Amino acid sequence: MRDGTIVVAGASLAGLRGAEALRRGGFSGRLILVGDEPHLPYDRPPLSKHVLTGEVAAGATTLPGVGALDAEWRLGTPAAGLDRAGRSLLLADGTRLPFDRLLIATGARARPWPQADEARLAGVHTLRGRDDAAALAAGLAARPGRVLILGAGFIGGEVASSIRALGLPVTVVDPEPAPLARALGSVLGGFMAGRMEASGVDLRPGTRVARLEGDEAGRVRRAHLAEGGTIEADLVVVALGAVRNTGWLAGSGLSADEGGLSCDGACRALDEAGRPDDAIFAAGDVARFPHPLYGGRPVALEHWGNAVAQGAHAARAMLDGPDAAGAYAELPAFWSSQFGLNIKSLGLLEGADAMAIVQGDPGTGRFLAVYGHEGRTIAAVSINAGRWLPAYEAPIREGAPFPPITGGADQPAPAPFPPGLPSMQAA
Amino acid sequence: MTDTDGTLFAQVRDPENRADPYPLYTRLRAQPVARQDDGTWVASGYAAIRALLHDPRVSSEDLPPAEHPATGNPIKDFFVNPIKDWITDRHRPFIFRDPPDHGLLRRQVMGQFTVARVRGMKRRTEALVDECLRARAGATRFDLVDDLAYPLPVTVICEMLGVPREDEARFHAWATQLATALEPESRNDEDLRARNTETFDAIAAYMRDLIREKRRAPADDMLSGLATTKDAQAGRMSDPDLVATAILLLIAGHETTVNLITNGMLTLLRHPDELARLRADPERAPRVIEELLRYEPPVHFRTRLTRAPIPVGDVTIPEGVPLVLLFAAGNRDPARFPDPDRFDPDREDNQHFGFGGALHYCVGAPLARIEAEAALTALVARLREPRLVEDPPPYRAGASLRGPERLLLDIRGIA
Repeated sequence: MRDGTIVVAGASLAGLRGAEALRRGGFSGRLILVGDEPHLPYDRPPLSKHVLTGEVAAGATTLPGVGALDAEWRLGTPAAGLDRAGRSLLLADGTRLPFDRLLIATGARARPWPQADEARLAGVHTLRGRDDAAALAAGLAARPGRVLILGAGFIGGEVASSIRALGLPVTVVDPEPAPLARALGSVLGGFMAGRMEASGVDLRPGTRVARLEGDEAGRVRRAHLAEGGTIEADLVVVALGAVRNTGWLAGSGLSADEGGLSCDGACRALDEAGRPDDAIFAAGDVARFPHPLYGGRPVALEHWGNAVAQGAHAARAMLDGPDAAGAYAELPAFWSSQFGLNIKSLGLLEGADAMAIVQGDPGTGRFLAVYGHEGRTIAAVSINAGRWLPAYEAPIREGAPFPPITGGADQPAPAPFPPGLPSMQAA
Repeated sequence: MTDTDGTLFAQVRDPENRADPYPLYTRLRAQPVARQDDGTWVASGYAAIRALLHDPRVSSEDLPPAEHPATGNPIKDFFVNPIKDWITDRHRPFIFRDPPDHGLLRRQVMGQFTVARVRGMKRRTEALVDECLRARAGATRFDLVDDLAYPLPVTVICEMLGVPREDEARFHAWATQLATALEPESRNDEDLRARNTETFDAIAAYMRDLIREKRRAPADDMLSGLATTKDAQAGRMSDPDLVATAILLLIAGHETTVNLITNGMLTLLRHPDELARLRADPERAPRVIEELLRYEPPVHFRTRLTRAPIPVGDVTIPEGVPLVLLFAAGNRDPARFPDPDRFDPDREDNQHFGFGGALHYCVGAPLARIEAEAALTALVARLREPRLVEDPPPYRAGASLRGPERLLLDIRGIA
């Protein structure tokens, strides 16, 4: 297909890169990008880092290439429904956009604090979009007495790092025994905990917040812990992960829930019976697809690189058909920067039953860990050693024996040990 | 069909093939990792080079085996010579070091290659290019090597390091001599080795004095920075490491950039359309330079040593063998670059090995880009109707640091 109308629902990274790939692939028809925010596509990684420290303005994050794209923009008008039989996207303002092909890239949103009235207190923030970052940066610029971060995942850690860079007191609470434990296991989590504490973070692992309390003016003042006790804070960042933006697909007959919109390897959306819809595709955070490297297990990845690669993959499938595109098999990869550490990861750690430090030494703050599952290599994480990581790409793809590489110049015989992932503790 | 000629890499090193080694590279790539008759292994496919660059079992130390007390390379042997009492193999320059030492030394050098310092060299480089061109005003014959590509990088690296201007002439001579030591052939040439060793002693003695002077009166230059800054982890750089690092920066900052500029102009003259486009639109320079780094890179290969058996594709490279990473062949791999033998600055996704890769990725890459941009944009703008006098030009001896010995141009003056 090279002409007709393609509508892209979602004007962020996956939608933009998908649209660009459509044009690059020779699509000459009408291309419409629909976005719920009034902004042109922007880059999210700086929002938790340089935007909060004031080094980059929230408005200065527009993605490169946006101006060069030949497309119609419908910004500030969220997708509100999907008429599959009528091949039309319905917008919140009542507009009906007929399409020949639809790319769904509506992404995810921050998981809100579950008590809605507490979440509405002034000074309680979440961080997902550019406006969130601008509001949080403004709140930080007012030099709050203490910031409380709920959740020690990647966003919680990055925000805490930025806040310490501003010299503000910060407390981080998380029910897990260590920061990032759910993502990287408690071994790396323990290393991170040391870094966070050395940077002056008041870290409270194994701690739950029961409720947030505000003053008469409706401004947050303190958090009450489930175990008893309180933490005084006049700014709270809720960093409890994300939920996929699929609510608008209710009633469309597609297989979608908070965990994502199911699609096949060619990015075609699946209906509730699991049949692919040849006209509707999905990419980015919202897409839940079977990953061939992990036994076809459905995964939805909140990774920057995935948004780029999957957007392009969906475009290929839209233009040339699912067979030409083949099964999407990009190796999951992400990075995070916090507390002077550059954390990079390849593969999926989920289900890892062993890990080994194969290069470097945590004592020097520079090392690389590989993760195994039943004797096979499934993932690798580098700390301040990103240049070492590509060596592990092929072994992860191939499921090479674990650990895959021995006899290295600085770590000839690594000794495996348990990574301390939550799944293991439950078992 | 697989090419089983185990002398292909020897042919690459043969000066006869210096002007156009690319057909040999194509033959080598038929077997992306191949053993040569002399026991050397050569990686010439893009994917294989990339994998080996990152592989922790591939060492840059290339220490001489016990039965051969020296590698034959004076730059390396100097550091393993027990007679030199204050330098041992622990103080080789970081290009010949592995983690964790490599990282500590490299970090300290990177700390001196600040954005501000490199940016500051941009204007200075443009002024130096202008000086070189003015000096030849009115000429109708221009030797790009002697008149610009050679003097420019030495002056730039000397100023970056903080070598007094009056000593620069000596540096030119030293740098030229020592670059020959990086070629495998030099190991078998007794005369050359003797001269290199002598040069090395002279430059090391000079550097020791200069470092002492920088400690006494630090200035805003890299050598002062290296001599006086204390790394949080590694502490202050030792004198032997400082000498080794300074010499490395001198050679690496010099011999490679000469080739980038000269190969660059040669390639543009062979592609007049591209030369005209660059003249009309100097903003194309970054694209042109990236493509030059792929198409005619200044460094064609580097040699490493395997520390363990390494499976690559369907072969396994044994432990303890010299391994050549043939970057220039990977840069022309059709499996990675569509239409690889075409010079195409508009190429997207141009992740070449022009600056190597992984841990040892060229420290001076930003500086090299600035120098090449200043030189090439000025040359295409100001040389009137340049024409190659000889094509191919005569080449210098090196197969790795490969570039013309001279590049004579007939011109109708310099604007």
